Amino acid sequence: MNQIKREIVVIGSGPAGLCAAIEAARSGAQVLLIDENAKPGGQLFKQIHKFFGSADHRAGVRGLDIGEALLKDAEELKIEVWLNSEACGIFDSTNVWVVRDKQHSITVQAQRIIIATGAVENSINFPGWTLPGVMGAGAAQTMINVNRVLPGHRFLMVGSGNVGVIVSYQLLQAGAAVVAIVEAAPTLGGYGVHTAKVRRAGVPFYTSHTVKEAHGNGHVERATLVRLDEKWKEVAGSEFEVEVDTICIATGLTPAVELAFGSGCMAVNSPALGGLVPVHDETMRSSNTAIYVAGDVSGVEEASTAMEEGRIAGLCAAHSLGYLGQGAYEARLGVLTRNVNALRSGMFGQKRREAKEYIVSSYGAHR
Amino acid sequence: MNCRPIVLEAQHMSDESENRDMLICRCEEVTLGEILDAIDDGFVTVKDVKRATRAGMGLCQGRSCSRTIARIISQRTGRPLEEVLPKSYRYPVRPEKMAAALSKESEDESDR
Repeated sequence: MNQIKREIVVIGSGPAGLCAAIEAARSGAQVLLIDENAKPGGQLFKQIHKFFGSADHRAGVRGLDIGEALLKDAEELKIEVWLNSEACGIFDSTNVWVVRDKQHSITVQAQRIIIATGAVENSINFPGWTLPGVMGAGAAQTMINVNRVLPGHRFLMVGSGNVGVIVSYQLLQAGAAVVAIVEAAPTLGGYGVHTAKVRRAGVPFYTSHTVKEAHGNGHVERATLVRLDEKWKEVAGSEFEVEVDTICIATGLTPAVELAFGSGCMAVNSPALGGLVPVHDETMRSSNTAIYVAGDVSGVEEASTAMEEGRIAGLCAAHSLGYLGQGAYEARLGVLTRNVNALRSGMFGQKRREAKEYIVSSYGAHR
Repeated sequence: MNCRPIVLEAQHMSDESENRDMLICRCEEVTLGEILDAIDDGFVTVKDVKRATRAGMGLCQGRSCSRTIARIISQRTGRPLEEVLPKSYRYPVRPEKMAAALSKESEDESDR
């Protein structure tokens, strides 16, 4: 197998990976950014809504515009980008096995690796869940916003978190009907501003409800909904049917940890951030000192936090190779740390901040 | 690993006894009934269930079903979710042809 050398390899070019690559390159390091998709940007280019946060985090700017700006930065810094390139394994903490175009293998020997592989959508199971017409909410979002294909006309959304309500609104914008949003929990999960927009548009929400079954001949035609009691058990006799042709599942994300755990990174369980994640310190360094993690793979949050974590990982990986003087490094790390902490404040951020602190506090136990 | 109680995911599952024919691993077409039988036979981690039933051994390598299987095991046995989840993964993490694993890029391409 061919082997080449690069100082830092970043795996995944979503918000975290792009920012990691940019920060590391700005610090002076030689960076190779790889992504399995045909285009860089990860999920940013399907985020047609405006982001939250402070002005420092480009709040009020749409995700796709942030993506364009980051790609311009990467281009100006002449960052080497490999697309259609799958990182299939990491060996001896330094060798990344990459398959390019599904055709050729190449091993990249890296001094530091930044894993920014994101997360995958959770599925839920009910009779009929394998019928065509049942799909992840993120998949539907990609179809309408990136591919400009409306995958159905009458939607049921399962899950009322931010993904559920944002995708519901964008489905309405795309011309579809959202027949109902069901939420198994007794309270709604999304930010008020997104939730209210959907409610004002007339979409009914059903809390303490879930989908019991999907029906249809070769494709979803109807769904049975059922009420849940306080122990999440179905209430007999509460079933009713809705006429839908598409069921979107928005029940959370699981960090895409295969590469990290395959390379020997230690795990810590963080139920609030998606399950088992690679344990890491404040610099985003994993239990393996040559490997850094950033973004959803290190705990599912939002694009804005993923970008700050990516910058921290890029900065610290570059500094660990001798780039940037101590003063410049500490000053920049201070800014980035303040930024990410600001994103983890307030009534929505506090729980995520505590979960992150638990992950970081677990780091010492592995050393 | 720090010791701390793990909060079981409060997620609703359909009544297990009714839906034994429901597919859980769609890549390998493994049903809920087969998975429950494996758990009752003593296969009580995601890895064990995989070896007993092939659930999670297909094209997606368990990326969509392993979390569901963990939840089923946890609910069936009362063991915490963290104990039953897989913590190791096998390479390649994407499905690749053997030819792609063995084929080199031409020198001029990889020598950039």
